Amino acid sequence: MSGLQYDVVIIGGGVTGSAIARELSRYQLKTCLIEKTEDVCSGTSKANSAIVHAGFDAAAGSMMAKMNVEGNRLMGQLAEDLDFPFRRNGSLVLCFSEEDMPNLQALYDRGVTNGVPELKIISGDEARAMEPNLTDEVVAALYAPTGGIVCPFNLTIAMAENACDNGVEFKFLEEVTNVKKIDGGYEISIKDKEPVTAKYVVNAAGVYADEIHNMVSEKKIAIVPRKGDYCLLDQEAGHHVDKTIFQLPGKYGKGILVTPTIHGNLLLGPTATDIEDKEGTYTTAAELAEVISKSARGVKNIPYRQVITSFSGLRAHEGNHEFILGEPEDAKGFFDAAGIESPGLTSAPAIGVYIAEMVAKEAKAAKKENFIATRKAIPHVSAMDKEARAALIKERPDYGTIVCRCENVSEGEIVDSIRRTLGARSLDGIKRRVRQGMGRCQAGFCTPRTMEILSRETGIPMEEICKNQPGSEMLIGKL
Amino acid sequence: MTHHDIVIIGGGPAGLAAAAAARKAGVQDILILERDRVLGGILNQCIHNGFGLHTFKEELTGPEYAGRYIDMVEAEKIPYKLNTIVADISPAREVTYINREEGLVTIQAGAVILAMGCRERPRGALNTPGYRPAGIYSAGTAQRLMNIEGYQVGKEVVILGSGDIGLIMARRMTLAGAKVKVVAELMPYSGGLKRNIVQCLDDYGIPLKLSHTVTQIHGKERLTGITIAEVGPDRNPVPGTEEYYSCDTLLLSVGLIPENELSKGAGVSMNRVTSGPNVDDRLETEVEGIYACGNVLHVHDLVDFVSQEATLAGQNAAAYVLRGREADKGRQVPLLAENGVRYTVPQTLNVDTMEDAVTVRFRVADVYKDRYIAIYYNDKLISRKKKKVLAPGEMEQVILKKSSFADYPDISRIKICTEVE
Repeated sequence: MSGLQYDVVIIGGGVTGSAIARELSRYQLKTCLIEKTEDVCSGTSKANSAIVHAGFDAAAGSMMAKMNVEGNRLMGQLAEDLDFPFRRNGSLVLCFSEEDMPNLQALYDRGVTNGVPELKIISGDEARAMEPNLTDEVVAALYAPTGGIVCPFNLTIAMAENACDNGVEFKFLEEVTNVKKIDGGYEISIKDKEPVTAKYVVNAAGVYADEIHNMVSEKKIAIVPRKGDYCLLDQEAGHHVDKTIFQLPGKYGKGILVTPTIHGNLLLGPTATDIEDKEGTYTTAAELAEVISKSARGVKNIPYRQVITSFSGLRAHEGNHEFILGEPEDAKGFFDAAGIESPGLTSAPAIGVYIAEMVAKEAKAAKKENFIATRKAIPHVSAMDKEARAALIKERPDYGTIVCRCENVSEGEIVDSIRRTLGARSLDGIKRRVRQGMGRCQAGFCTPRTMEILSRETGIPMEEICKNQPGSEMLIGKL
Repeated sequence: MTHHDIVIIGGGPAGLAAAAAARKAGVQDILILERDRVLGGILNQCIHNGFGLHTFKEELTGPEYAGRYIDMVEAEKIPYKLNTIVADISPAREVTYINREEGLVTIQAGAVILAMGCRERPRGALNTPGYRPAGIYSAGTAQRLMNIEGYQVGKEVVILGSGDIGLIMARRMTLAGAKVKVVAELMPYSGGLKRNIVQCLDDYGIPLKLSHTVTQIHGKERLTGITIAEVGPDRNPVPGTEEYYSCDTLLLSVGLIPENELSKGAGVSMNRVTSGPNVDDRLETEVEGIYACGNVLHVHDLVDFVSQEATLAGQNAAAYVLRGREADKGRQVPLLAENGVRYTVPQTLNVDTMEDAVTVRFRVADVYKDRYIAIYYNDKLISRKKKKVLAPGEMEQVILKKSSFADYPDISRIKICTEVE
């Protein structure tokens, strides 16, 4: 040992950092993940389209294309191993005019080059037969059966949990303020804390990946937060379409997607607005209006009155629209996973493997023999059949008390979300794990009860319970 | 499968009054299923007074009013289960419930009374732009945190929506030491009762801004402020009228929605205006043996009317259980809500089997001055009554007498509308 605290420090606990952590945990390496907020999956990874892209979008030969297609391929097995919700619902790219047909064909050709299986161009009528709510404007579509939808929260959380079970240490509420080269590795400064040292550093800092990168490399990069607003509709609207419906980029811009979510809601979005503020996850009236108006072009009769919430996410956009993966020439032992914008969620499992192999090779690390490859999800009682549910309640009576009535989430599920590996410490953390408060009343009824359970389980006083990070306290004191 | 003559879904004011009435009508085997830890429903957090003026001729607090009905249920030894949530009701009236003691149980009900109440419309439904910080509560959630849990939710408050809970909470927060800066209301009139505007806003000098809405939420972690703006006739914000208010709390009182997930599962047909089931004059839904009352049927202003309605539902469910359904159901006549009347409850009336007098409740679509409420049988004007003021926030009623239909053997519709002259 060189005297450094860790073999590897990963900066950032989003889907990319969590995927890398999980893959690194296969090796005999002492790894630590440092996250600025109170939980994993609290930045870009929590606010996106939740789509597993087939892989026809990215430029042929790019890392983006390679990671996308490979990530898509890996997702099925990963969902089985780590027990998170995933479905290959298929996707359609809609073409609205004959003159755009060459562009649709180009998309098909690129997909074939990228190695996307089973792609097919179908007519407008064939598309409408598949999806009766498509508009008459649709003249053709690119059908990709391998497109899918995933729970972005539990994908990230499952990988992080599994990494933790396999020995990766997680630090939360620790903000990296500097990374500097030292003998044999790097020193990572942390706000209001002692610095840590590691032989290798992995930069998975999302919209902040440029700042982290630029601390160690003279080959500067710039990440622009590209904001996207979304509207989420009630589960009553969830069957409006079955496949993920994209619009072919054309003279009207990039278009807005319409998709069911893995939990049965309908999701519309995103817009694309470059902003400066890396914390600028606010929606705007103009963008929400754009989501509504553009979504109507391809899909008719969307029940907009059933919007239950809107949100905004920031894509970590890099000027060349390409993933930056690996060591900068002038910073050996520092590995970037930067510029991870769409299709970053899809690509994460592949990026995890890619970066982990690179680090392990350089560290000459051997694989562990006792790697735990699987993880079980928290039981979701409302999805169980009657017998299984009754048996579970007999064993654990708190699965019999429903706290969130819209999403049918039991006290037992909430307790599990707090007690298990990397358990939730905030209301949003509970919500992302077990969907408490995700439904149509948006936590109106279940907030007080959930706060009480979180306080009871963790010993955090009620007045200090936060929605997410410190500063988001729900209450100001006792009456 | 265990059988119960009447299963009541919900132990709030509607469920309790229905249970008491059904027992009085002679049904022994009644079961109330309540999801909360105590009976009484939302009344438990309504610690202000003003309840019971119609029913008990005195002014009670919410818990006191609920207490009267809980006492009746206890005195009659009507069984109830707490912490029990109903997962499903089948059209054949099989009710599946869940609790920690029994797990998941399905029972057969002779009759079902739906009394699940309503929920608040959340911020998300308004699609208000901005961040999603802590400090944005629906008014009822804040009311629960204060009055049941004993916590203060904020110091500087803006309230969007002038529904009754919002008005009540404006006063409650003020009394708890918070500064309520303004109540903004999208519509050109308040959605709440006149008496609440006087007693909860005017008495405390809290401004009510009509035709205003929140256009921006500021603050990433905890709310730091909101922007409100005037809205035009199309209810869209008028540029240039924006005003910023610093605040740590935004309470929403922007509408109540009857909670009918279970009703839909039971196959009950729903009314698009009330968001509650369609019912006849017995308050029976279109599924035989399933009745509805209280805020699950349509949102009420006064709990006294909930109790009245629930009493009727309890009596009718009892009659159904004890005597069954007559072979010939008689003439079912639709009630049509027109020209400024948004809906009626009930939606149909059986002119042959109805009680001697049936109360029809409704709301109007806008604020009207010096208008008439008119009733037509087929196309014939039956009655016309002048009202000085009609407002959407105040539920109206007319009473239809069975005797009045004697002269109309071919009646095919009853119309209730407003008229200007």
